[in-house]
Amino acid sequence: MFTLQVGSIFTIILVLAVVIVVAAMLIWVERRLLSFWQERLGPNRVGWFGLLQVVADMVKIFNKEDWIPRFADRFSFVLAPAIIMTVVLLSFAVIPFAPNIGVVDSNVGVLFVLAMASLGAYSVMLGGLSSDNKYALLGSLRCAAQMVSYEVFMGISLLGVVALSGSFNLRVIVEAQADGWYVIPQFVGFVIFLIAGIAESHRLPFDLPEAEGEIAAGYHAEYGGIKFGMFFVAEYVGLVLVSSLITVLFFGGWLGPAFLPPIVWFSAKAFTFIAFFILLRAAIPRPRYDQLMNFGWLFLLPVSLVNLLVTGAIILSTQ
Amino acid sequence: MQVVEQTAAGESQNPELLAGLRQQFGDRIQAEQATCDGIATLWIDRLHIKDLLHTLKRETTPVFEMLFDITAIDERLRTHREGQPASEFTVVYHLMSFSGNCDFRVKVPLMDSDLNTPSVIDLWSSANWYEREAWDMFGINFEGHPNLCRILSPPTWQGHPLRKEHPARATEMEPFSMDDEQTQIEQQGLLFKPEDWGMQRKSETSEYMFLNLGPNHPSVHGAFRIALQLDGEVVVDAVPDIGYHHRGAEKMGERQTWHSFIPYTDRIDYLGGVMNNLPYVMAVEKMAGITVPPRAQTIRVMLAEMFRLCSHLLFYGTFAQDVGQGSPIFYMFVERERIFNIIESICGARMHPGWFRIGGVAQDLPNGWDKLIHELLDFMPPRLDEYDSMVLNNGILKRRTQGVGVYGTEEAFDWGVTGAGLRAAGMEWDFRKQRPYSGYENFDFDIPIAVNGDCYDRCAIRVEEMRQSLRIIKQCVDNMPGGHYKSDHPLTTPPRKEKTQQDIETLINHFLSVSWGPVIPPNEATVAIEAAKGVNSYYLVSDGSTTSYRTRIRTPTFAHLQQIPAMGRGFMVADLIAIVAAIDFVMADVDR
Repeated sequence: MFTLQVGSIFTIILVLAVVIVVAAMLIWVERRLLSFWQERLGPNRVGWFGLLQVVADMVKIFNKEDWIPRFADRFSFVLAPAIIMTVVLLSFAVIPFAPNIGVVDSNVGVLFVLAMASLGAYSVMLGGLSSDNKYALLGSLRCAAQMVSYEVFMGISLLGVVALSGSFNLRVIVEAQADGWYVIPQFVGFVIFLIAGIAESHRLPFDLPEAEGEIAAGYHAEYGGIKFGMFFVAEYVGLVLVSSLITVLFFGGWLGPAFLPPIVWFSAKAFTFIAFFILLRAAIPRPRYDQLMNFGWLFLLPVSLVNLLVTGAIILSTQ
Repeated sequence: MQVVEQTAAGESQNPELLAGLRQQFGDRIQAEQATCDGIATLWIDRLHIKDLLHTLKRETTPVFEMLFDITAIDERLRTHREGQPASEFTVVYHLMSFSGNCDFRVKVPLMDSDLNTPSVIDLWSSANWYEREAWDMFGINFEGHPNLCRILSPPTWQGHPLRKEHPARATEMEPFSMDDEQTQIEQQGLLFKPEDWGMQRKSETSEYMFLNLGPNHPSVHGAFRIALQLDGEVVVDAVPDIGYHHRGAEKMGERQTWHSFIPYTDRIDYLGGVMNNLPYVMAVEKMAGITVPPRAQTIRVMLAEMFRLCSHLLFYGTFAQDVGQGSPIFYMFVERERIFNIIESICGARMHPGWFRIGGVAQDLPNGWDKLIHELLDFMPPRLDEYDSMVLNNGILKRRTQGVGVYGTEEAFDWGVTGAGLRAAGMEWDFRKQRPYSGYENFDFDIPIAVNGDCYDRCAIRVEEMRQSLRIIKQCVDNMPGGHYKSDHPLTTPPRKEKTQQDIETLINHFLSVSWGPVIPPNEATVAIEAAKGVNSYYLVSDGSTTSYRTRIRTPTFAHLQQIPAMGRGFMVADLIAIVAAIDFVMADVDR
C-alpha cells in the first residue's frame, strides 16, 4: 500500500531553503574548484574568498529584463524553467537526510524520484521547442533522447538495491545498510547509477543538450534573466540531488561512526560526489551524441540487466 | 634621390622545363619575365591559359600538383614594365610542385574593356575562392565559375577595392552613415539562400534544416559563418562564409611605405607575431638585394619559433576545448605567458612586436637574454608530456577525432592545403627543410608526419612540432652568432645608428630613409615561409617607389577553410566542430 508520513512545515521550509542555498553556493564552489584545478584563481573579489559572488550574480540576474522573444511560444517558454525547478525540488521531499530530518517518508520513494526525473525531461524539451531557435531545437532533441534512454539504465541499476533491502522506501534502504554499504554488493549498479545520474543532470561529459562549443547553449539559448537563472540553479540542485541519492542508495546515507552527527556524515558524503562531478568536468572531453547513445544501449543496458539478474539469483540462492 | 635600378634577375629554377614549354607552346607564349625570386614566369593569352595550366599540372617534368595562389595586379598606373606585354589587369597564377620542389608563375594580360578569362576550377578545386577573391577585389570575370560572387567585401559593396581608383582611406570617401533602409538591405544581403549554392531544400524523405553556424559562435574562432544543410544532425553540405574580418591589408600595403607596413603584417595571423614579418621583409630584402647577417637571421629564427610555440599551444588548448575538454587551455596559457614574457623582454611587446626590419631586426638582444629561455627549455618538455596523457591519450578525444575529416595528399593538393594539414596526410613537406630560409639549414630538427590524415593526426603533428621548435630554440641559444643585428646595405631601414651621422651622404641617406622610407628597385618577388598555420607567402611588386605597387598576402588558412565542406559532408555537427578545430585558423589570417 501507498503510505506517507509528512514532516512539519518547519522541516519543509528548512529543507527547501538549505537545498536552494547550497545549490546556489555550488556555483561558487564549482568555479573555485575548477580554477584550483586549472591553475587560475576564480572569483575571489566579492566578499570573503569571493563567497558573495553568488549573491552578486543573483542580484544581477533578478534585475535583468525578463525578456521573451517575439517568436517564442509564450506559455511553454515560461512554463519550462518552472517545471525543472519544481521537479528537482520535489525530489528532495523523499530524501532522508538524517534519522529525524526529512520531508516525507514514503514507501515508494525510489519510484517518486524516478518519476520526477522523467518529468524533468519535459522541461528541457518544452524549453527548446518553444524557443523556436534551431540550436535550441537540436539541444532539446538531443536532450529528449538522452534523458529518456538514461532513465532506463538509472531505473534498472537501482533495482539491485531495492531487491537487497526489500523496500522502495529510501529511509528503510539507509537503515538496511547498517551492516554494510550497498556499494560493495552493488558496485556495478553504483557505477551505472553514477553515469546515468550525470546524464540526467546533463553535466559534462554528458552536457550534449547544451554543449556550448557545438550548439551554443542548446535548449536554453534564448533564455535570459531569471528564467535562465532557474535552469542554471536547477542544474546545481540536480547535482545535489544525484549526489544525495548516491549517498542514500549506496553509501549508507547518514550512517557513520558516532563522533560526528548523522547530518554531517550525510553532507560530507554528498559533497564528495559533488566534488567528483566537478572534477569530471575539469578532466574529460565530451563524447559525440551517437557515441553516447551507443554506449547507453549497447553497453550500460546489458550490464545493468545482468547485474539485476545476478543479484536476484544470489538473493534467491541464499534464502 | 632616385634609386631606380633593376636588380639582377635570379637564375630561373628549371631551364629544361622552360625549354620544353617553349617548344610546345611556341608563339602562344607572349613573353618570359625574369624576376629576382627565380620563379619561372610566363605570359600567355587567356585563350591558351587552360592548356598551359593543364600541361603544367599533368604532363611536364616536374608536374605542378598545387595551385598555390590566384591573384591579380592592376597594372594601369605601373611604371617600369619593360619587356612585359601590354596589360591593364594581369591575372597571376602561382603553381607549386612538390615532386620538383619548385614554383611556376603564369600571367594572363587583360584589358579593362574585356575582363574575362576562363575559370580553372575543373583543374583545381581551390581555384574557387581565389577566383571569387579576384572578382571581388578587381572585377575580373572568370567564365564558367559556378557562383562568382563577393567573398571578402559585403555583397552590397560598390566597386572593387584593390583597383587603383578605389579609395584606400575612409577620409577619401563620403562620411559613413547607415539608415534603417540601408540596414535592411545589408541584412537581406547576408541572408543565406540555399538555391544560390545549388542546394535542395528537401529530399524525398525529409526537409533539410539550414543552420547558421556563426558569424558568432564559440567554436568558429572569430567572426566566421558556416551555413549548414542538415538532415537531423548529419551535415549534408556546408557553405563557409568569410569576410567578416576583412581589413584590406593588401590595400594598406600599397599605401604604407615599405618600412611602415611591417607592423600591419603582425596582425595578419595575429597569433604568429613576428613570424608574419619574416616573409614580408625577406621579399623586400630579395628585391633590394640585401644579405642579412647571421646574427639577425638566428634572432629571427628564434623568435619565429617562439611564436610557433605560442600559436600551437593556443591551437592545442582550443582543440581540446572544442571537443569539450575545458582544462587544457588554461594550462597552456601558463606556458604562453612564459613565452610572452621572453618575447616582451627582447622586443618590448608581447603579441605583435613588429620587430623585424628590412635588413635585420630592430635591436640587438638585451643583456642576459638567454636566462628566461633556459628556464622555458627546462619547464616546457615535462609539461608537454603531461598534456599528451591528458589530451592526446584520452580515449574519448580519440573516439571524437580519429577517422574524422580524413583526406589524403591528392585532396590536399587539390585544395591547396599546406602546413600540418599536409603533413598529417603523409606528405613530408616543410619549407624549413625543403627550401631553407633565414639559416634553417644550419639547425638540426625533424619534420613529423602522420599517415591517417584525420583530425587527431593534425593535432598530434603540431604537438610534435612544438618539441622540435624547442630543439631549434635551444640550438639558437647555444650557438647565437656574433656580429651585427642589421645589414650594412644602404637600404636597411632604419640604418644602424653608427652608419647615419658620419658625413653629409650618410646623413641624407638617413633622413630620406626615415622621412620617405626606402626606395626599393623595380622588381617582383614571392617569398614563402613555413608559418605556424601553413605556408604564408608575400608576393610583392615594386615599381621603384617608396611604397609597394602590389602586396599580395597568400595565407594558408584561406585555402584550408575552403575545404571544410569537402571534409565535413556526412559527418555530424559535433564532428564538424572537431574538423574546424583541427584546421587551426584565425579569421584575421583568412580575411586579411
